[in-house]
Amino acid sequence: MNWRQRDLALSNDPTQRFLPWMLAMIVYLAGLSLAGMMSLSSAMDRWDTGLKGTVTVQVPAAKSQAADGAVGKLVGILRRTKGVIAARPLDNRDTANLLRPWIGGDTLVADLPLPRLIDVRVETDPGPDLGKLRKALDAAVPGTVLDDHKKALDHLVSFARSVELVGVLVLLLVALAGIATVIFITRTGLAIHHEGIEILHLMGALDSYVAGQFQGQALELGLKGGAIGLAFTAATVGMLSHFSGAVGSDLLPKVELGPLQWLALAAVPIGVTAIAMVTARITVIRTLQRLP
Amino acid sequence: MVRFQNVGMRYGLGSEVLRDVNFELRPGSFHFLSGASGAGKSSLLKLIYLAHRPSRGLVTLFDTDVTTASRNELAMIRRRIGVVFQEFRLLNHLSVIENVSLPLKVSGQDWEENREHAVELLNWVGLEDCIDSSPQVLSGGQKQRVAIARAVISRPELLLADEPTGNVDDVIALRLLYLFEELNRLGTTVIIATHSEALMERFAHPRLHLSEGALLGPLTGPPPSPGFGS
Repeated sequence: MNWRQRDLALSNDPTQRFLPWMLAMIVYLAGLSLAGMMSLSSAMDRWDTGLKGTVTVQVPAAKSQAADGAVGKLVGILRRTKGVIAARPLDNRDTANLLRPWIGGDTLVADLPLPRLIDVRVETDPGPDLGKLRKALDAAVPGTVLDDHKKALDHLVSFARSVELVGVLVLLLVALAGIATVIFITRTGLAIHHEGIEILHLMGALDSYVAGQFQGQALELGLKGGAIGLAFTAATVGMLSHFSGAVGSDLLPKVELGPLQWLALAAVPIGVTAIAMVTARITVIRTLQRLP
Repeated sequence: MVRFQNVGMRYGLGSEVLRDVNFELRPGSFHFLSGASGAGKSSLLKLIYLAHRPSRGLVTLFDTDVTTASRNELAMIRRRIGVVFQEFRLLNHLSVIENVSLPLKVSGQDWEENREHAVELLNWVGLEDCIDSSPQVLSGGQKQRVAIARAVISRPELLLADEPTGNVDDVIALRLLYLFEELNRLGTTVIIATHSEALMERFAHPRLHLSEGALLGPLTGPPPSPGFGS
């Protein structure tokens, strides 16, 4: 006799055959949400790091075309300012390159009145007094704009945080759907096996012993479903990573996961299995409390 | 060992199937529980093997008041009781020996140490050829013997049997009764619910007789007829 064999024939239930696929779907959806959130978080870090320590000075189009000397004057002020590491004026070709993704080829760009841009690298801690610098630049060439990217970055981060929140909500809903599924299937199992459960109960089995039967089954099916779900998640994330890399845009967040993030993704089926086991245990013990 | 004081029992909101039941059984005693079909024999046994709670009164088992005992205490009491159910209640997906050994597994005992005992017991009830069979392929009598082996394998202090000879021939019935007597000699308290007068006459043990939910006895002979004493 296999002493570890379950006393209740849970594996024969039709509902038990359906559970691994439900759990696989739950792991897949949870895994994709998590991968999305982690990619977005990495992208936000990249945006923040990329823009930190840089400001852009923009000379209005009319002024820049009229006087190239204005740019030189502004660069001079910038280079003399404490906290400014470097100031590099962009020529029209550089500016046109920046605009090409949105408005297309050289002919069209050449016809546009483009502003002149100065790329400025500043120290971050402590940085230059940007308010004072803004006034000094405007006084030198009226209409000059100093952009520290904070506004654009704040909008982007706020949007990304909203997306992250949606991701957390999806994870919660998926977890709730998983719990509801396990409760339903465990209750069905309890109804199907009430005769065997009563026999075990009358032999002196503790509630935890009977719950252990369902818990063991949840562990087995959870790991099986989890492995299937994780395989599909890995394939999907790999595919998205490939395609997002091929787009080559710095604006779109790249779906790239580091080793720790892959580890977090691999923990999803373990988490789902643990939730399934705990849910099955609580459901069984609560139901058994009704027996005398 | 077993004490009932003014016990009543009903199913749901129905009328009482047991009324004002009072009796006490000493350790090591052997009783038949008799009565017509529907008299309440199975209900009384259910109260003793803790499958049901009394609607009123006090049930004491092994010096423990079952109405105040914790769930774990009740489980420990159940392990001291062996039950042979009228409808066998075997688990069909387990083999015969697995069914017989189930009480040992439930109480956390080692299988290897007890396998020999299980095989010996199955030999004793004449099922040595069916050790690895599924209960589904056994006859009613064979299932009955598996159920009996399962009830006695853990050497219970109290053995309850609900019509244990109802599905077996006379030879096997006698053999099973001798097994119960042997267990009783070793110290097990036995209660056998039966309506077989022949069996009760052959084995001279006191009777608890139930009539319409009321208990008469313990009696040393057949119960009075309905007209008796009127």
